[in-house]
Amino acid sequence: MRQFYTIETYQSGKAGHALLPFRFLRLDHDRELLVTDVGEYAIVPTGTTDTLVHNRLEPGSTLYKTLKSKQVIYDTDSALLLDVLATKYRTKKSFLNGFAKLHIFVVTLRCDHSCHYCQVSRQTADRTLYDMSPEIAERALQLMMRVPAKDLTLEFQGGEPLLAFETIKYTVARAKELAAQHDKNLQIVICPNLAFASHDVLAYCRDENIKLSTSLDGPAFLHNANRPRPGNNSYELTIEGINRAREVIGSQNVAAVMTTTRRSLDYPIEIIDEYRRQEFHSIFLRPISPYGFAVKSKHRTGYEMARFLDFYKKGLAYILDLNRQGVNMQEVYAKIILTKILTPYPTGYVDLQSPTGSGTGVLVYNYNGAVYASDESRMLAEMNDESFRLGNVMTDDYRTILTGTAMQRLLSASCNEALPGCADCALQPYCGADPVFHHATQGDLFGHRPTSGFCFKNMEIIKHLFRFIAEDDRDLLRTFFTWIRDQGHTDMLAEVPTCA
Amino acid sequence: MRLTTAGIPVGVTSPVVGRITRLGVAEEERRERIYVVTQPATSEELSGYRAVLTPLKPTETSLSDALVPMIHSLRDNDHLRDNDIVAIQPTSSFVRTIYRPDSSHNSLFVTERCSSNCLMCSQPPKDRDDTDHFLAINLELLRLIAPGPEYLGITGGEPTLLGAKLLTLLTRLKDDCPDTRVHMLTNGRLFAWPAFTRSFCEVHNPNLVLGIPLYADDPIIHDYVVQAKHAFDQTVLGLHQLARWGQPIEIRVVLHKISVPRLPQLAEYIYRNLPFVTHVALMGLEPTGYTPRNKEKLWIDPTEYQGELEQAVETLSVRGMNVSLYNLPFCLLRPSLWKFARKSISDWKNVFFQECERCGVLEQCGGLFQSAERLHSPHIKALPPPAPPSLVA
Repeated sequence: MRQFYTIETYQSGKAGHALLPFRFLRLDHDRELLVTDVGEYAIVPTGTTDTLVHNRLEPGSTLYKTLKSKQVIYDTDSALLLDVLATKYRTKKSFLNGFAKLHIFVVTLRCDHSCHYCQVSRQTADRTLYDMSPEIAERALQLMMRVPAKDLTLEFQGGEPLLAFETIKYTVARAKELAAQHDKNLQIVICPNLAFASHDVLAYCRDENIKLSTSLDGPAFLHNANRPRPGNNSYELTIEGINRAREVIGSQNVAAVMTTTRRSLDYPIEIIDEYRRQEFHSIFLRPISPYGFAVKSKHRTGYEMARFLDFYKKGLAYILDLNRQGVNMQEVYAKIILTKILTPYPTGYVDLQSPTGSGTGVLVYNYNGAVYASDESRMLAEMNDESFRLGNVMTDDYRTILTGTAMQRLLSASCNEALPGCADCALQPYCGADPVFHHATQGDLFGHRPTSGFCFKNMEIIKHLFRFIAEDDRDLLRTFFTWIRDQGHTDMLAEVPTCA
Repeated sequence: MRLTTAGIPVGVTSPVVGRITRLGVAEEERRERIYVVTQPATSEELSGYRAVLTPLKPTETSLSDALVPMIHSLRDNDHLRDNDIVAIQPTSSFVRTIYRPDSSHNSLFVTERCSSNCLMCSQPPKDRDDTDHFLAINLELLRLIAPGPEYLGITGGEPTLLGAKLLTLLTRLKDDCPDTRVHMLTNGRLFAWPAFTRSFCEVHNPNLVLGIPLYADDPIIHDYVVQAKHAFDQTVLGLHQLARWGQPIEIRVVLHKISVPRLPQLAEYIYRNLPFVTHVALMGLEPTGYTPRNKEKLWIDPTEYQGELEQAVETLSVRGMNVSLYNLPFCLLRPSLWKFARKSISDWKNVFFQECERCGVLEQCGGLFQSAERLHSPHIKALPPPAPPSLVA
């Protein structure tokens, strides 16, 4: 029989540890938050960072073991595992694999609605001015098929996309042909307001396996105020449309998103209750789009964002209460951030990525063939700012569009790892870079973090979620993981339309 | 349950593997059979068998006339059933039952060597090269049981120490028993070497699962438990190499005084670093092998670690990982953990105590290791039957 050795035998005996990349912030008076490059975190007593930096951490202590296990520090007894850290990093950044997976086709700018938060819609009956031609659709599809990813999403937006139903039908048929040729898996989503979702349209969606994502801003008084249309009956048409669509294509294929306007800010509970009433199990308390709102009131952005955060926190608290009572209701933005915090995986949500999802995760093909880096880039263009127009499918090829000046400028500010203010921020691995936002709101791609609405909003929400996590409440964590693990409509929320 | 017996060998020059018959079979079917003879028999009745086992002495019979390898004066033979497969050792005169068709817990035992020396090893390793010996036995066993049972284990010792011989065995297993689910226990350390992992995974048996132990998220604790420096690094790197090939993996954690304190952290570590594993088994200590000798270092009453255990199970299960509890009777578990407890103890070493006979949840309970008769929790007790479901909400 062999001999046994003591535990001391297995320690290297060499004192001291080295630091691996991590960032930190003070969570509250008593606690610091340490976060590694791959998003693993430790909530530790205040002063721990100081102890670490001065190499005064007691080897063999519980804290030492925990920080070593989370790869905040390493020593000669764990040096080989840097390879594992590299794998975790690769996993967290694997959303980059295959390049842009979401392709948004703006098939028309025509719309029956005249929503306050929309910059793009046109009230006209003339189909020739603002509809995508078959030729442009063909060129856009050809470009889309050049992307290396095997799984692609084709999303139709507008205007009101169903006003160009013939264009959609043509594009879908052609997209399927090309997908078969190029060995791609295609997921198709239309983002209509459902006023025009007749039974024929829905039967078509059912037969072609197309999902629908519509807008629902809240109860009738709010929805109709946010989304004016002739007859002031947007809400009624939407609800009828949702019910009809569920019957024909199945509930799991119908999603709704809301936009928070200034008016919405007073009604978080009412909005959530409306989603419950309509039997939705998730709601995206969507941060205010800065286009036309924050841009025009630049100096009030901080104030407005504070109001949004108040709205968001009230809404989230209410949703967590509902969950405690056994109601299945998820908040999508929290779910996205919690996935980043609590799992080794990335999310597909393009608006909160580093490198930015604009251009690398999504491409937008406007009705006229112009290619934009994101939906927001297109909105900017409607305000006469063409900074993020990557090219045009009629005149430029794949390479020119994706390596042109506009794309290069965008990408130069695309990694929050290298942005001033973000580079040292503990929350960086959970956050993103949004050069389009900062260009729009601050006139600078790189942006100024202390006055950035994007930074303020995300830091507040992420810290807010960390306070929940720090409570170490079993039921709450169970709820969070139920959200994270439910794939439900997540695939349809890779990019949420700013207007449907 | 008895799995070995011994007697006095005659004419056994090399290991003999064969299928037991107690009644005798027609001459043309005898080539792969080992005949258990309890009454005097003629040499014609014995001829053509692969071997003969008998409790009788040669002097009592005319057995010595038969030109067949034989073990006579066999101590026990009642446990030998028709169609059991046994291996007869020429030197030690042991007759080991290596396969029982009625059991769902059959394993190929491939070596007694091991690169680790775990404090609680139930099968303490031996330092001699027995790999050729066991390979020959196992290849013959596979030939006899093809197309194979539903389930088969591979165990040791450390199977990867067989090197190329393991690949030979796995290839034969895949060819002879293509539908058999195979579970191989290994310390996983050798898989840290990409070339080995490559050759291993290129055998490509889609029914193969590897059971690999991890005892802590801290390298020093793990290395101490397995008594091998750098074992933690090698195992974790090995797990990552295997994941690259899509190899299904089960993590196995034995619960004892050394592994319990960081069990919740280990659960989190597994999710963060090894989320690809298909199953995590948390296992009660088996008080056999080295364990009694290291009792002071290892023993902790399961009732004392229910908090850590519940936390670890919760951590894994809410994250969507499959987690099971092995070798822990219900009376030692918090009721919240019952649904994770599996009946896992191999039939031949599974026991219940007298106390258990009046237990209300005996049917669902996994019971104890036979070796628990020596060392077990004082909290083993009969539980009341589960309350009938209420008629009012």
